[in-house]
Amino acid sequence: MTPPLPGENNDMAEASRARPKPTPETQHFWDGTQAGELRLQRCDECANVYFPPRPFCPSCASRKVSVFKASGRGTLYSYVINHRPAAPGFTPPYAIAVVELEEGPRLMSNILDCPQTPEALVLDMKLEVAFEKLDDAITLAQFRPAKG
Amino acid sequence: MRRNAVAVVGAAETTELGVIPNMSQLQLHADAALNAIKDAGLKLSDIDGIATAVETPQQIAHYLGITPTWVDGTSVGGCSFMLHVRHAAAAIEAGLCKTVLITHAESGKSMIGKAPRSIPADSLQGQFEAPFGVYGPPSMFPIPVLRYMKTHGITHEQIASVAVVQREWAAKNPRATMKAPITVEDVLNSRMIAYPFRILQCCLVTDGGGALIMTSAERAKDFPHKPVYILGTGESVETPMVSQMKTFDSSRAFTVAGPTAFREAGIAHSDVDHLMIYDAFAHLPLYGLGDLGFMPHEETGKFIADGNTRPGGKLPMNTNGGGLSYMHSGMYGMYALQESVRQMRGIAPAQVPGAKISVCHGVGGMFAASGTVIFTNEA
Ligand SMILES: [Zn+2]
Repeated sequence: MTPPLPGENNDMAEASRARPKPTPETQHFWDGTQAGELRLQRCDECANVYFPPRPFCPSCASRKVSVFKASGRGTLYSYVINHRPAAPGFTPPYAIAVVELEEGPRLMSNILDCPQTPEALVLDMKLEVAFEKLDDAITLAQFRPAKG
Repeated sequence: MRRNAVAVVGAAETTELGVIPNMSQLQLHADAALNAIKDAGLKLSDIDGIATAVETPQQIAHYLGITPTWVDGTSVGGCSFMLHVRHAAAAIEAGLCKTVLITHAESGKSMIGKAPRSIPADSLQGQFEAPFGVYGPPSMFPIPVLRYMKTHGITHEQIASVAVVQREWAAKNPRATMKAPITVEDVLNSRMIAYPFRILQCCLVTDGGGALIMTSAERAKDFPHKPVYILGTGESVETPMVSQMKTFDSSRAFTVAGPTAFREAGIAHSDVDHLMIYDAFAHLPLYGLGDLGFMPHEETGKFIADGNTRPGGKLPMNTNGGGLSYMHSGMYGMYALQESVRQMRGIAPAQVPGAKISVCHGVGGMFAASGTVIFTNEA
């Protein structure tokens, strides 16, 4: 448990949206989103596909792993629609979702191009990756309802 | 670990609970510690082991004037104190120390002397969760619940009933923050925080603290209060990222910590007289009932909605009112432990008559960690 919690004053109104800072182990992921690719890693020994990035397989400990371009297809695993307190740079209500990728791993995302309502956000609905540019250095992998 | 080899011989909360604007977080630790030491009839110099979370053991030891031979700074969120109890029991058994003080305090509401917590932008959470608008526990902890509901067929009304039942317990407790009765409708019409959860399904934000003193069962007989023995314990961690839990149908940390404690205690679920399941948010008691093996997850919502955990029910749960109605300073595990100890001493405001075994189950972070302690008042 960590603050802030409902009912607390939010003094961070002027702060901007949280911006990720890559590390040597995650740089390939962020290079990928810049290039319009969702990049995952697969173990060369046991074929395990995993996320978040790291230079070894968390299933068998092998250091022989490869980066590959994921399909970008997934489904809506679960979500909340956050009303308050809102994170800096976000206008409530907004959904914070967990997407299950076709390749297996799950990752957090917002759901773009979709009403932020329980009626529109149906569990297991098909989603596709959508790249959202935060600034010149960082592009986020987001998801939106799949077309067709 | 040997059953009943170690006991809690001192237990107390801070003198005040709720809004305490005249005390820093550090002084709240001391207030709770001094109350527990008095409760045990000890002197500060009798304490040779110390455990605490968020604040460091060196901070607390120095402030209190203690020279420990054993320290534990395990800090895994709100269940840290369950882990401290487990570690202290092992340390006392191994002869590393004789008398352990465990402290918790948090100026969660008044924020006096409390370091701000932040998520580094280059941590995994900073890279793969923070950019999507998570902002404190209310935006994160409920993320798994819609999946849990779909998988197990749980309804919104059933989860709302958790808050209703705990308010019934709180009404019996003079120290509870919220005592006015509420209905399922009240819960489902209260202010939206993070759909599907509304304000009455989210924990309180208060100031307070608590402390425990533990020693060997042999020495425990000489203390002013009836000893409360450690029958079994368990602990685990999963992930600091709620998005990376193995499944939302269950908590892996719960499924390790809970059953480990039951195995160690050598008891059946039907032996449990009293149960605490850390309720930072209203879905946690459902996860706990299922993951600790009391029943299949499919039955947890109905079990609570049917009144089985309410006063007079067959499995009294969260009898202090819980994090939803009693108090929640940020790391609630200590208050759950305090209530289990009160129930085992037979002095709880809403005492379960004749209770002999109490299970106290905690969570840390957003299902990131877990600790379970099973107490008994029978040697
Ligand atoms: Zn592998």
